[in-house]
Amino acid sequence: MVPLSHILILSGALFLLGVACVAVRRNLLMILIGIEVMINAAGLAFVAGSMRWGAPEGQIFMLFLTTMAASEVSVGLALVVYLHKRKRSVSLDDFSEMRG
Amino acid sequence: MNAPVFYLLALCATAATAMAVTRREMIHAVIYLVLSFFSLALIFFMMGAPLIAALEVLIYAGAIMVLFLFIVMMLEMGAPRVTRGPFLKVWGPGALIASAIFFSTAWLFIAEPGTAAGMAGAFISPRTFGHALYTKYMLAVEAASLLLLFALVGALYLGKRE
Repeated sequence: MVPLSHILILSGALFLLGVACVAVRRNLLMILIGIEVMINAAGLAFVAGSMRWGAPEGQIFMLFLTTMAASEVSVGLALVVYLHKRKRSVSLDDFSEMRG
Repeated sequence: MNAPVFYLLALCATAATAMAVTRREMIHAVIYLVLSFFSLALIFFMMGAPLIAALEVLIYAGAIMVLFLFIVMMLEMGAPRVTRGPFLKVWGPGALIASAIFFSTAWLFIAEPGTAAGMAGAFISPRTFGHALYTKYMLAVEAASLLLLFALVGALYLGKRE
C-alpha cells in the first residue's frame, strides 16, 4: 500500500518540473508545455485525495481541470500562431518590447 | 495498490517529464511528455480512477499533444537537427522509459487480472462518477461547456485576423 504522502511528493516533483520549465525556457511552446505539466500535477493531487477519502469529487475536479487545460491550450496555441505570423519567431525575447 | 509498480511508474513519470522540459527539439519534448502522460494514466488506474485514466490517454496524450505536434510542424522553426551518435545515446532514454511502462502494464495485467487493479476500497466506478457529475455538479458542467465555447470562439478569432 502506498501512503498518500508519497503520491503528493510525486505530484509536487512534477509541479516543480513544470514551474522550472515555465521559468527557464525561452520558447513560447515550451512555456505552454510547462503549464500542461503543472495542471497535470495538480490533477494527480486531486485524484489522490479522491482515493484517500473514497469520494468522486476529486476525480470530477480532475475532469474540469482537463476541460480547462484543453481550452487553455487551444487559445494559447492560437496566440502562438498569431505571434509567429507577426514576427516569424516563437522566442520570448522577441516579444519583450511595448509599443507606445 | 501494487507498491513496486507505483514507484516504478512514478520514476518513469518524473524521468520522462524531466527529459521533456530539458529537450532542445520541440518534437522530442512532446513525445517524452506523451510517455509521462501514459505512466500517469497507469497511476490513475491504480488509484481507482479508470475513467480519469482513459481521459488522460484520450485527451492529454491524444488530443492536446497532437495539437502541439501540429503547431510545431506548422511553424517550421529552423531546420530540424538530426540527432547523431551511438545507438544507445539516441534511443536509450526513451526506449528505457517506454519499456518500463510496458513492463509495469504487463505486470498489472498478470498479477492482478481484476478490473479494479488491486484497489482495496477506493475504486470509483464510471457509473458513480457520472451520477455525481450530472446531478450534484450540473452547474459546473454548464460552466465548463461555456468555457469550451469561449475557447472555441477565441481560437477562431485569433486564427482569422490578419
